[in-house]
Amino acid sequence: MDRLSYVGRRLLQMVPVALGVTILVFFMVHLIPGDPARTMLGARATDQAVAQLRHEWGLDRPLMEQYWLFMKRLAQGDLGDSLFYDTPVLSLIFERVWPTVWLLAYATVLALLISVPLATLAATRKDGSVDQLVRAIPLFGLGMPPFWIGIVLILLLGLRVPLFPVGGYGDYFLGHLYSMFLPGLTVALFLTPILIRSLRASLLTVLESDYITTARSKGIPEWQVLLRHAVRNAIISTVTVLGVNIAFLIGGTLVVEKVFALPGIGALMVDSIFNRDFPVVQGVTLVFAVLVVLVYLITDVVHSLLDPRVRYER
Amino acid sequence: MSAVETTAPAAGAERARGFRNRWYRTPSFVAGLAIIGTLVVLGLLAPTIAPYNPIEQDLKSILKPPSQEHWLGTDQVGRDVLSRLIYAIRVDLKIGLLAVLFPFCIGTFLGCLAGYYGRGLDTVVMRLVDVVVAFPFLVLIIALVFVIGPGPRGIYIAITMVGWVSYARIVRGEILVAKRQEYVLAAQAAGFSDARIIARHILPNVITQAVVFAMSDIVLVIVAIVTLGYLGLGVQPPTADWGSMMAQGQDFITTRWEISTIPGLAVVLTGLGLSLIGDGLADLLRPE
Repeated sequence: MDRLSYVGRRLLQMVPVALGVTILVFFMVHLIPGDPARTMLGARATDQAVAQLRHEWGLDRPLMEQYWLFMKRLAQGDLGDSLFYDTPVLSLIFERVWPTVWLLAYATVLALLISVPLATLAATRKDGSVDQLVRAIPLFGLGMPPFWIGIVLILLLGLRVPLFPVGGYGDYFLGHLYSMFLPGLTVALFLTPILIRSLRASLLTVLESDYITTARSKGIPEWQVLLRHAVRNAIISTVTVLGVNIAFLIGGTLVVEKVFALPGIGALMVDSIFNRDFPVVQGVTLVFAVLVVLVYLITDVVHSLLDPRVRYER
Repeated sequence: MSAVETTAPAAGAERARGFRNRWYRTPSFVAGLAIIGTLVVLGLLAPTIAPYNPIEQDLKSILKPPSQEHWLGTDQVGRDVLSRLIYAIRVDLKIGLLAVLFPFCIGTFLGCLAGYYGRGLDTVVMRLVDVVVAFPFLVLIIALVFVIGPGPRGIYIAITMVGWVSYARIVRGEILVAKRQEYVLAAQAAGFSDARIIARHILPNVITQAVVFAMSDIVLVIVAIVTLGYLGLGVQPPTADWGSMMAQGQDFITTRWEISTIPGLAVVLTGLGLSLIGDGLADLLRPE
């Protein structure tokens, strides 16, 4: 199977998932206890306003028709209007997408800078004291709430030793780099335990495979074995591990943006929860899911580019 | 590994015996058990050992630093931080445990059906899994709790709706291997009902992976619960919960840093204990 048809097939497989995602997001409205329109508008809303919202959302129509309406709007890029800001949800999301993208990218880079060397150290010295130490990181790290890591970093690197700003997005590239260091590090530290665990495991598999043993038996120095033989396969596993954990990464950014007052979509969602702004929460949830599905697809494609076996196997 | 585990119907019994003989010689398991055991005892004895009522306000002594009377000081309305920390063990551990139990049962059940019967049922369950997996765990849970309403009920429903997928996937995968084994074919030939074959013959052999996963899952679930508490969507005030304690303490971080950081340490300690138990279980339940 060539690469193009593989990508095509993966795209086709995404259709039912995308459809399912829209159904779940659509049904969120119906999970609201009682009258959704009244709950959304609050207890003080007039009957007329409630009736109007119910009509706008199509809540007064049969379920199938409601879903059809929802999909028709979605196809036009209409995620509804924010109840709090009174603007279209999609434009709100677009306005605030960059800090989130920045944070995701920054955190990924930092997480890789931390976990790749540690995982390599651990895997190359299996069961040694370094390995034991590195293996302890996930034990402690998995239970760290992302916002708590943020609070601790603010305390240590923002207040006690004021090296970095504790909030804001900064201007231009270097400004972002500087201002977003603490939030980036926070999300990176949240992701690191998971990355280290999976990377160490996959590196061990690579290092124990036959071609590495062959390379070693030929007398090639260990660093060359690592760099020239193990790296390509290690990159494959890193890409996969990162791709698989994108959902986890996004979950981490959500609250961290709020802690560091970053104007991203995660903070938008948290603010909208406080404002009981249902359309925004619904819209952001949908956008995040679409993002995850896209990243899964990209991961698979990149994986197939790096590892030719994938195309033949499937 | 799973292929070896499921070759004999007696594997489950054998594992149970191995577990009984070896658990106390597995350091990570013992250490984890000690940590969680201590937390559980502290939580159970909270009314006796907590020095103060966790919700009683004392507006004359607000934001007091640690002292002889208040070991960890008091919060912004004069409540004893240590007492709240101890009482929160009850709340967070209980919700965490229940919030894993429901998805564990539902996911295992659906995974059994999908794996054993295959075909249309399998397709439906696995497509559902694909859909739920497309959402970031924390995002979907936060959105669902927001929609359903804050508090334990919302948390249970939301985490169950999201969490079952992992168990369904694991159990389905294991059953796909197990159902081709001779002991299952023999049970089918003997004319046993499907329910009996699944419950008595297959499940004891395939549940191990799900149990081990549950241990790491509960850590993530507790982090999620604490995050919900931090966002005001968790257990509602004045009940003590680690998440809300951290949120309230954050406003006073410059003067009283311990109010917001120490509850986080409690979460990390809980996570450490559960992860150690999980690692130990994985070792113990692996066939010798």
